[in-house]
Amino acid sequence: MENIITVSHLDLRIPDRLLFSDLNFSFPKNKLTCITGENGVGKTTLIKHILEDLRRHQNQHVQATISRNKIQYVPQLRNIDDDYPLNIRDFVSFGLKKRLLPWNSKKMKAKVEHILAETKLTKIADQPLGHASGGEKQRAYLAQALCSDPELLILDEATASLDTESKNFLLQMLKSIMRDKNLTVLFITHDPELIEKYGDYELKLQNHTANLSQKEAAN
Amino acid sequence: MLEYNFMRYAFIAGVFIALICAFMGVFVVARQTSFFTHTLSEIGFSGASFGVFAGIPPLFGMLLFTCASGLFIGLSGEKVGRREASISVFSGLFLGLGILFLSLSQKQSNYATSILFGSIVGIDRSNLITLVVLSIVLLIVVALLFRPLAYNSFDAQGAEFNQRYNQSISIIFLILLALTISITAQIVGSLLIFVLLTIPAQAAKYFVHSLNKMIALTFGFVLLGVWLGLYLSFVTNWPVSFFITVIESLLYGVAILKQKIRTAHN
Repeated sequence: MENIITVSHLDLRIPDRLLFSDLNFSFPKNKLTCITGENGVGKTTLIKHILEDLRRHQNQHVQATISRNKIQYVPQLRNIDDDYPLNIRDFVSFGLKKRLLPWNSKKMKAKVEHILAETKLTKIADQPLGHASGGEKQRAYLAQALCSDPELLILDEATASLDTESKNFLLQMLKSIMRDKNLTVLFITHDPELIEKYGDYELKLQNHTANLSQKEAAN
Repeated sequence: MLEYNFMRYAFIAGVFIALICAFMGVFVVARQTSFFTHTLSEIGFSGASFGVFAGIPPLFGMLLFTCASGLFIGLSGEKVGRREASISVFSGLFLGLGILFLSLSQKQSNYATSILFGSIVGIDRSNLITLVVLSIVLLIVVALLFRPLAYNSFDAQGAEFNQRYNQSISIIFLILLALTISITAQIVGSLLIFVLLTIPAQAAKYFVHSLNKMIALTFGFVLLGVWLGLYLSFVTNWPVSFFITVIESLLYGVAILKQKIRTAHN
């Protein structure tokens, strides 16, 4: 089994509290690993710490086979209210690889259309993102992240506010995109149903430690 | 009307003001820095009166004060600029300072009026050249920065993790905003610049939903306001700034009305 990120002997503390001590685990490549644990255990803090170490090339405790710019993090909270004016197509395009010229090339536009189709957003691409449903918003966040051709995608509580149908739809879509693009996914979640159904691995965070276990879906 | 030099200059100035207000206004609205923009224009007044007091061109005084404030807010985090309390303190303090400088420089009060309310028909050839050069510099910087600035403005949380140099981009944006305010102030006045930087872009987002169209429509709204305002002012002899604010407010009213009708239908 190939690993995409390996964490070794990592201690993590926030002001006045120890979150983790001597963490040792790896995230398997091309798999969907669910990161679970009680509220406040430090799931997001841990991920942010790993990303920050990778950005600064501090690989004493965190080693990765890819560089930071091949990782997309989809944050839990986003300031998108009902009034948010920009359409889904433009919002998704923010994820495109850096280019100096302000307009998009034909190739870039075609890529955005392809990703919109993949995430089933083509029909509503011209609508303001503010008018989209919760599930559509999450798909737009996912589409934006996909625009930069990531090798690792980190979703933070992406399904927290979705109904059963929308979250299953999102996860099925994610699974099929993972297969097409050889994508590795880390999914921070609380949802036992989704972990059982879609998780290949589960990284359980509790008592200052982490435990990686293989799930049914991996077989 | 166009046989007068000053009217021709004013109409040309309108095009450049519309260009920079379109590009900057869309980002001001997306970043929710409308209130800070207002404060910055009061700081601009203070800077201009400092210029008068210190015997340097008011434009330099404005640039000095607004850029320094932009830098300060950028370094201490843009949140400071959104806090109600800090906005009130800044506005009050700088208005006070502006009055002090004017009083110390012993200029007549009509000088204050011209800084506060501008005089687009009072600009001469050299004012126009300054405006055009500064606008072009500003537009080039915005073009080079466009992608990261758009990501950072319209999706701050996404950009925070997936794009680098966000704070530098914010600081550069605030300095560009300071520059915009200083160059447009001499024309519409420091009290009313924020009208052109916020209202047209606010209105445009109710009509169109792509970034390019928002910028284009904002440009149209600003240009309409300035040109029609100039014409009406020429005909009636009432202040241009009055007509500009009325036209922009009407456009905003139409936008809100359209939005209300739309929601009523759904």
